[in-house]
Amino acid sequence: MSGAKEIKSKIGSVQNTQKITSAMEMVAASKMRRAQESMAASRPYAENMRNVIGHIALGNLEYRHPYLEEREVKRVGYIVVSTDRGLCGGLNINLFKQVLADAGKWQEQGADVEFGVVGSKATAFFNNMGANVTSQISGLGDSPSVTDLIGSVKVMLNAYDNGDIDKLFIVYNKFVNTMTQEPTIDQLLPLPKSDDDAIQHRWDYLYEPDAQALLDQLLVRYTESQVYQGVVENLACEQAARMVAMKAATDNAGDLIDDLQLVYNKARQASITQELSEICAGAAAV
Amino acid sequence: MTYTSVNLNVVSAEESLFSGAIESLQITGSEGELGIMPGHAPLLTSLKPGMARIVKKGGDEEVIYISGGMLEVQPNQVTVLADVATRGADLDEQAAQEAKQRAEEHLNAHGDDINYAEAAAELARAVAKLRVIQAAKKKL
Repeated sequence: MSGAKEIKSKIGSVQNTQKITSAMEMVAASKMRRAQESMAASRPYAENMRNVIGHIALGNLEYRHPYLEEREVKRVGYIVVSTDRGLCGGLNINLFKQVLADAGKWQEQGADVEFGVVGSKATAFFNNMGANVTSQISGLGDSPSVTDLIGSVKVMLNAYDNGDIDKLFIVYNKFVNTMTQEPTIDQLLPLPKSDDDAIQHRWDYLYEPDAQALLDQLLVRYTESQVYQGVVENLACEQAARMVAMKAATDNAGDLIDDLQLVYNKARQASITQELSEICAGAAAV
Repeated sequence: MTYTSVNLNVVSAEESLFSGAIESLQITGSEGELGIMPGHAPLLTSLKPGMARIVKKGGDEEVIYISGGMLEVQPNQVTVLADVATRGADLDEQAAQEAKQRAEEHLNAHGDDINYAEAAAELARAVAKLRVIQAAKKKL
């Protein structure tokens, strides 16, 4: 019975792996539901905030906040949101590819690029690449809070204030549905202009109490809410991608077991046939 | 161009509380009460703890408690970005009363450890909640 035993133990090990992957799939599915809820809850705020900011960027304001000025682009900053753990398919790699393609375009125009990274996968990737990483945060867990992110965001905002970077983008996976996650690059600073045609004329706000205090307050909230939303969306994407990847792994393990079982059966049959013929040959010889 | 209704979005960090066409909005700005009608000039202001009274298209009213935030007005679009917001019907009157009492005690106690500004803000929030609860009751 040569080989049959080895095949049997191989089947056992694949079965163990299959158990793990199917457990991971179920864990990811339940975490995804929670992540999706928190993402859906904070999405309206982030979207409305973006609308308001779009209006402000279109306006002809009395107080020119530095975040509103388009500067000549010498350095570009990216806040890259990635996952902390792997085993989630091509989620991170697709995102990094997109960032590198975009960063490449700026580099062609002679601009430097630097990165603020969220999540250990992005940290590892950009450090290995030898990229210019200015801030780094990881280990946010399953329910990130705004306060965890503030430090990292602050570094990039300060860099913008000091003129070290002239554009700031946030990069994350946008959750479309369980099967689709879309790598997204959104411009944070200077403020992206709204494409609402209804208010395309010269106007300014009435401010209560005064423009500077209000805009300072609003813009800080804006960046925080956008980065937070990016992180929360990315988390939902991570769980969805992991669920899909683990489902595929479980299915593949099933196929592998079927194939091995077939090989095992053949080996077993061959050895029985061989034994029989040996016995027959032995009996004939007597 | 005359407007008969304006689109309002009330969102907090946790959820979207209201979205739809309205006839008017009454809300507490940092400098005082504001009444927003359709076609209002562009306005940007911060909000104090208080009540947002919404008159929906068709005349129905809704009251929402807002703990603070920002208000942006465009002639065709009003957005309330609230820190925390609760519908009037969902507020707990007893909890608000207790919070008010606690805040008042804090203010009256002349200890060194109390933070006056914090206690005053707490009181303002509790009073605003009670106002919203009363307004919601009157409506029913």
